[in-house]
Amino acid sequence: MTRILALIGLLFALITTPAFADRATLGPIISEFATAKGFKGVEVVIDKLAATGDPEVGNALRALSAGNLRFRRSDGAVFIVTSGQALDPITRETVDVGTDDPEKFKKVRVKNSIRRKISAALSGLTLMSPSIDRRLRAASTIFETADASALEALEVAIKDEQNQDVKAAFEDARASATLASGRDDADKITAVKHIAARGDREALSLLSRFEGQSEGELKSAIANEIAKIESSLAIWANAQNIWYGISLGSVLLLAAIGLAITFGVMGVINMAHGEMVMLGAYTTFAVQEFIRATAPELFGWSLAIALPLAFLVSGTVGLIMERGLIRFLYGRPLETLLATWGVSLILQQTVRSIFGPTNREVGNPDWMSGAFELGQLSITWNRLWIFVFAMAVFAALFFIINRTSFGLDMRAVTQNRRMAGAMGIRTSWVDAMTFALGSGIAGIAGVALSQIGNVSPNLGQSYIIDSFLVVVFGGVGNLWGTLVGAMSLGIINKFLEPYAGAVLGKVIVLIAIILFIQKRPRGLFALKGRAVES
Amino acid sequence: MNRRKFLVSAAAASMLMTSVSHIALAADETIKVGILHSLSGTMAISETTLKDVMLMLIEQQNAKGGLLGKKLEAVVVDPASDWPLFAEKARELISASGSSVVFGCWTSVSRKSVLPVFKELNSILFYPVQYEGEESERNVFYTGASPNQQAIPAVDYLLEEEGVERWVLAGTDYVYPRTTNKILEAYLKSKGVAAEDIMINYTPFGHSDWQTIVSDIKGFGSAGKKTAVVSTVNGDANVPFYKELGNQGVKASDIPVVAFSVGEEELAGFDTAPLVGHLAAWNYFQSVEAPENAEFIAKWREFTKNPERVTNDPMEAHYIGFNMWVKAVEAAGTTDSDAVIAALPGITVPNLTGGMSTMLANHHITKPVLIGEIQADGQFEVVSQTDDLVPGDAWSDYLPESAPLKSDWVELNCGNYNTETKACVGS
Amino acid sequence: MTSFNTATGPGRGTWISVATITLLAIAIAIANLGFPPDSALHVPDYAVALLGKFLCYAMLAVSLNLVWGYCGILSLGHSAFFALGGYAMGMYLMRQIGTRGVYGNPVLPDFMVFLNYKELPWFWYGFDQFWFAALMAMFVPGLLAFVFGWLAFRSRVSGVYLSIITQAMTYALLLAFFRNDMGFGGNNGLTDFKDILGFDIQTRETRAALFATSAIFLCLFLVITALVTRSRFGKLMIATRDAESRTRFLGYRPEKVKLFVWTLSAVMAGIAGALYVPQVGIINPGEFAPANSIEVVIWTAVGGRGTIIGPVIGAFLVNGGKSWFTGLFPEVWLFVLGALFVLTTLFLPKGVIGTLREGWIAKRGIRTSKHLEDGELALPKPQPQAAE
Repeated sequence: MTRILALIGLLFALITTPAFADRATLGPIISEFATAKGFKGVEVVIDKLAATGDPEVGNALRALSAGNLRFRRSDGAVFIVTSGQALDPITRETVDVGTDDPEKFKKVRVKNSIRRKISAALSGLTLMSPSIDRRLRAASTIFETADASALEALEVAIKDEQNQDVKAAFEDARASATLASGRDDADKITAVKHIAARGDREALSLLSRFEGQSEGELKSAIANEIAKIESSLAIWANAQNIWYGISLGSVLLLAAIGLAITFGVMGVINMAHGEMVMLGAYTTFAVQEFIRATAPELFGWSLAIALPLAFLVSGTVGLIMERGLIRFLYGRPLETLLATWGVSLILQQTVRSIFGPTNREVGNPDWMSGAFELGQLSITWNRLWIFVFAMAVFAALFFIINRTSFGLDMRAVTQNRRMAGAMGIRTSWVDAMTFALGSGIAGIAGVALSQIGNVSPNLGQSYIIDSFLVVVFGGVGNLWGTLVGAMSLGIINKFLEPYAGAVLGKVIVLIAIILFIQKRPRGLFALKGRAVES
Repeated sequence: MNRRKFLVSAAAASMLMTSVSHIALAADETIKVGILHSLSGTMAISETTLKDVMLMLIEQQNAKGGLLGKKLEAVVVDPASDWPLFAEKARELISASGSSVVFGCWTSVSRKSVLPVFKELNSILFYPVQYEGEESERNVFYTGASPNQQAIPAVDYLLEEEGVERWVLAGTDYVYPRTTNKILEAYLKSKGVAAEDIMINYTPFGHSDWQTIVSDIKGFGSAGKKTAVVSTVNGDANVPFYKELGNQGVKASDIPVVAFSVGEEELAGFDTAPLVGHLAAWNYFQSVEAPENAEFIAKWREFTKNPERVTNDPMEAHYIGFNMWVKAVEAAGTTDSDAVIAALPGITVPNLTGGMSTMLANHHITKPVLIGEIQADGQFEVVSQTDDLVPGDAWSDYLPESAPLKSDWVELNCGNYNTETKACVGS
Repeated sequence: MTSFNTATGPGRGTWISVATITLLAIAIAIANLGFPPDSALHVPDYAVALLGKFLCYAMLAVSLNLVWGYCGILSLGHSAFFALGGYAMGMYLMRQIGTRGVYGNPVLPDFMVFLNYKELPWFWYGFDQFWFAALMAMFVPGLLAFVFGWLAFRSRVSGVYLSIITQAMTYALLLAFFRNDMGFGGNNGLTDFKDILGFDIQTRETRAALFATSAIFLCLFLVITALVTRSRFGKLMIATRDAESRTRFLGYRPEKVKLFVWTLSAVMAGIAGALYVPQVGIINPGEFAPANSIEVVIWTAVGGRGTIIGPVIGAFLVNGGKSWFTGLFPEVWLFVLGALFVLTTLFLPKGVIGTLREGWIAKRGIRTSKHLEDGELALPKPQPQAAE
């Protein structure tokens, strides 16, 4: 109740037009969108709507910003059109428009500058909105734009605000607005200190903007705070590099971990490994297409559904490859290279024939989109999940190899095939299953990698060389080696990148690997014992 | 044993030779149109579509009764994204298959690779992709945009409409981004932008890990001035680039990205919802409302039997180029290279945005420049359009070495005429 | 391996191969230049250019065969040496353009003018002289191979590890040459050549001459391969390939053997590259691509590694097939190529030549040991730990 009273008071205080302008005043203005000439005309209508000071305009403006505001070609009536439904532009109630032909409607065109105008206009009107989300957005818009005219409204809003997060955001916005206002330097210096306490890039950006406009004591205070923020950001930059490195390392690990089985454990130079990853990615694409067509509400689960399928698809292809080809080539490791290269060409062209040569869209579910802040680190959800996923895959594989009877068979066969055979292990079956496991793991890696990169027939080719380098650098036949190898290559790469650039950084890493192999010819974690000479 | 070895070698060699000369003995009752686009390898992503467009255009022309009373016949080869193979296949198309004209190439290096072949065999190449300029050859007709038909209007738009003061020029490290960025840097400086307000960054082909660079862009953008990114990032690297932009929360309303290599075909591989408002500059968008365009899209979807297939700028370039060639052949009354090359400048055909495009004496064409914003449905909304058609300029006025050069194949018969020394360079 | 002193000099087979190639080359050159285009015996210019390219590929395969077939070093980076040789020649050809470039700069190639180079980088000095470029086409790949090999063989990096780091080497060079700041023309590489040694590079006569030169060098390489592998040193190579540790215990220094063969092979690959560039008219970083190196391995395997003429046959078969199929069935040629590799490894593990010879041996009942002495057909036996 108090909020509504405060709102009434505020609106009366700020603007002269009557509050709660009803449908009769808003309706005609909104319908002017249909006749507005070009972007300039649209801006004029937005100004008129904002001038009413009526929070009811929010629905129409938000829809305009999202590109959902349309008018009927026949009579110029304006509607919000989303997912095939026409809504009233003021109340958002469903309206029966008598037609579902999208051609009958024309979109009111928007562009970035109009979107910015809308969000500035809305911010003044939604400080009192019942939705926490909208209040926060209004505060951050005022903070970024440093809108001095919102200062008084903010001060009223701060007094009444109950939510602590929103209140803090309002205070930030007030500090920003103070800088832009005509208040005295003492107030402004307090505001500068308040903004600088955020310590992030937005604060830096805002302060840099005002540094040039200010003089004397205020200028030196701003310069002082800028220097502080910059030095603290420089420290955070190192943490950022480590995180980027770990995240690149997880990608390398995922790409290489299947190869650590097929190449590392079995000794097959599997040039078709990249294509197994590609098959996993295309399985994800197919699953998402199917879900979009049949059950769009399940989209958030699409990756979970794709995982076992990708394992099956790649694993089956791997099994067929092993039974039909590779088993004839054991003992001739270098020749597996040629045959699997041939297989990789065939798989690429198959996928190209079925799905076409262009990139296919694999969507990110909501829980994999966006980022969150950890201190001054901006961590994107998809990278975080890929890291978690890579670790989970590693742990699962480690468990399978070291703690299950199949893993025991596998190790026995690779260490001494004849002895294992004599002990009653079906060595050829173990071979087939091991290869299928490695391929399947590559397939589920493809599910994850489809979230950050291209899904095209060339996908496999872009990972294959890095994968081999990771396995060789880490030490063939050792899972820990692959983990440590991937992570250290990722981190080294990311620390070199700011100084040497992306290309030269990678060249330096490659040369470093070549030199490292001279020092430790069998990688980071070398196998010891008799198997070494084979 | 040795005799057998001899026989094997001889048989292998003669088999090759017969297969080679076999192609050369093809019949001559049709007019052959060579199509030189990669159908496999890294560039297949972009080029396969262009092959299909050409097949459609040729089919339509045949339905109209062919050309000079003969049917057109498409000769398709696959240069497999392998640059020396482009030269070999070009030679095969011209001398072995007897193609009268070749439509093809995408990357600059593939065009450079086939250039000597077209010069030596005096044939005609139509090149449909926006490129870096700094070239004008007698045997090549450039139907894509030169830098002044794409980059400069886009930057003007950002300067005027968005009030951008700080610029990130991000590109893939090859000749097109290098030239474009050089031209833009000179242009921006001429507009009073300080050197410290321009950041230039190059990444390798297929770059996939954009975390550091996007974070750098955010850092560069936090200097209190409106910042924009001009992206000449190529092909495959765009998907991870835009994904990273979306995830790190670089919104179009804060730091808009204007791209010169991202079209409808590329967007089909993205989830565009987080990218709404980012920009692209082209000479054609599928969303342009024009009767020619509606007809073209309908025919294309019918031809590919896919009601969702998108169209893009290089496809329009082939559409224009093919119609120009047809008109020139009709005017010349022959497919003979010299006659067609002489007939082409001045030919005017409709483009798909509701206007007419003309082949200029410098073998480039006139085009409108459109700036579009990405929409959630993977299409572009045109937010700005040049009032007049912009003539393609082979030699940029913003580079000191090429400013005095000019190309005119009609009057001067020279692709790089130096207006200061009054001489055709290099001849 | 039973005796070190029996065979000396190239065998009859090698001489016949060399004679065949020479005769064919002369015949093709005459058919191209001597007969009018409408004659049935005329070989089109297009075919000469194509076959000339194949000859260079064959040289590359022969050089790989020397290290892989006879010394057991599987290089997945041989195209790096090929491309370096090509770049040396490309730099010479660029300097020959002179003022005929689009900007008319007498010293700087076009791409340097355009990238604002004020003067020629130091590593471009001397390349206006043919002899210097020719020397560098051999010296640079040789030096790289020597340094790389010296490091790798000394620390006994072998087998798959060596293969992978050779791949890393060519990949690093690929990335480095892609950079425009390297001063080698970036992605576009070097192109638009005008003339070589004063002859216009686009005339039929120059083409035929380059074709003939390639044929001569290929023959030379075959003779060198035969000479090296049949010498006492060749026995040591084969011993190193088949049982490196045993050879070492016998008091030999396998790393020295490997280093010599490896460097020689790199020089040969460099020469092949230098002859390749004027014939195809372009050199760019794509030649460093690891996939190219793998293809060379495949040519060698298809033809028959460890045989003198096998790699030549393989290079012609695979590339001929590729040219043919990309023209005839552009949509499916990758299926055919892929199947070719799979089927060759499965059914012709010794390649075309190896399998033919095996059939011959079985028919005549000639003892295998005789051929081991020839040093032409000794492939390693399956490893004891391998599956059946």
